Amino acid sequence: MADVHLPSVLRPLFTDLPRHVDVDASTVGDAIARLDEQWPGIRDRLCEAGRPELRRHIHVYVDGERGDLDTAVAERSRLDVIAAISGG
Amino acid sequence: MAKTVLLIGTRKGLFLAESGDRRDWNLRGPLCDGWPIYHAIIGEDGTLYAAAASEWLGSGIWRSSDLGETWEFSSEGLGYEESGDLKLNKVSSLASAHGKLYVGAESVGLFESSDGGKTFSLLSTLDGAPGREVWNDPAMQPPGHLGLSAIIPDAEDEKKMRVIVQGNSIFDTDDGGKTWAPRNKGLRRDWPPPPNEEVGFCVHKLAPSPVDKSRWFQQNHVGTWRSDDGGMTWNEITEGLPSEFGFACAAHAHDRDTFFTIPLDPGHGRVMHDGKASVYRTRDAGSSWDRLGNGLPQADAHLGVLREGMVADRQDDFGLYFGTSTGQVFASTNEGDSWDEIATYLPSISSVKVATLD
Repeated sequence: MADVHLPSVLRPLFTDLPRHVDVDASTVGDAIARLDEQWPGIRDRLCEAGRPELRRHIHVYVDGERGDLDTAVAERSRLDVIAAISGG
Repeated sequence: MAKTVLLIGTRKGLFLAESGDRRDWNLRGPLCDGWPIYHAIIGEDGTLYAAAASEWLGSGIWRSSDLGETWEFSSEGLGYEESGDLKLNKVSSLASAHGKLYVGAESVGLFESSDGGKTFSLLSTLDGAPGREVWNDPAMQPPGHLGLSAIIPDAEDEKKMRVIVQGNSIFDTDDGGKTWAPRNKGLRRDWPPPPNEEVGFCVHKLAPSPVDKSRWFQQNHVGTWRSDDGGMTWNEITEGLPSEFGFACAAHAHDRDTFFTIPLDPGHGRVMHDGKASVYRTRDAGSSWDRLGNGLPQADAHLGVLREGMVADRQDDFGLYFGTSTGQVFASTNEGDSWDEIATYLPSISSVKVATLD
């Protein structure tokens, strides 16, 4: 199971969404699909509406390396999902 | 006693200002988890809706059926075909009519919801309308990138609707969004026309009279305008104003000839003239103008007001409200003769709407 760490900005949108979730997935896209099954709509927050790509300011790191939806996820990978923009 | 509720959309969430007498106001917020709010309305059934667009999490509609105590968010169906060239970057306008919620977006698109904002479907991308071939190119858009920046459904006929495509045109449909006709006759521009000269205008705000369907007002990038034929043709009424530029305006609730606008410096500042906060009023449909500043700051007040930042209620002694890009909200209950500051230190305000609840 991969260990997915989610940004705090998602929590107000989804009931009982924890900061850390274990998912069974082989890619980043697969992991997001598993999350969407449990919290419908979460894919649309992380990926462009109707498009197979992460949102511009959503960054995903797999074991510390920047990834995209096709990046492979290993059995014990850690995924950090970051809301990555600064400023006021 | 009736309660007046102002919905104040800001860069950092929605705020509600509530009052029983329109003198003492109670402010609540930030709501909608602090998401940037471009437009917020109260629907036909009393549900609050807020069009939100986050740099992180995309766009969607917040809704509350208990006057802002609890909120739910949805973007289900707010998007374009995966195989197409359109991308939904922002939801920027809302309207509620005929049991439906309408949402305007950039890329330019009109969505509708028949279940109170839980799910949405695409109604039109205005295909075939003049200008459609260029307006989704970000390089061809005005700053703000609002796309479909206003939706005005006809009160009686569900098939009829008027919209604004930012920086391009007013369009009408009378067949539920299948076809669209530009409605810019008489307007001018101070830039070269596009190949189809029926479009290429920068319409900031439309203000139909609530008491006369033939009477409309408009604040444009270049000029303030009046229509006497339901917005089919336009006559300029800018003379007497300090500039031709502005965003926000409002029609009088009961008098077809009275109209309010806020002229702004058309340069980079886009703030009120000379550091004096001013609303301009005509009582004769644009033949003459009065500057209204009583109660507004009259020195070093460099205030901007955006296109959805001014609104009038429908009460007998009707109220007029505007919110600034520096976070103040001003109100008048005597047709602009005097003003009170009813909120300050809010985030930059993009939208002010009002509802009167019994």
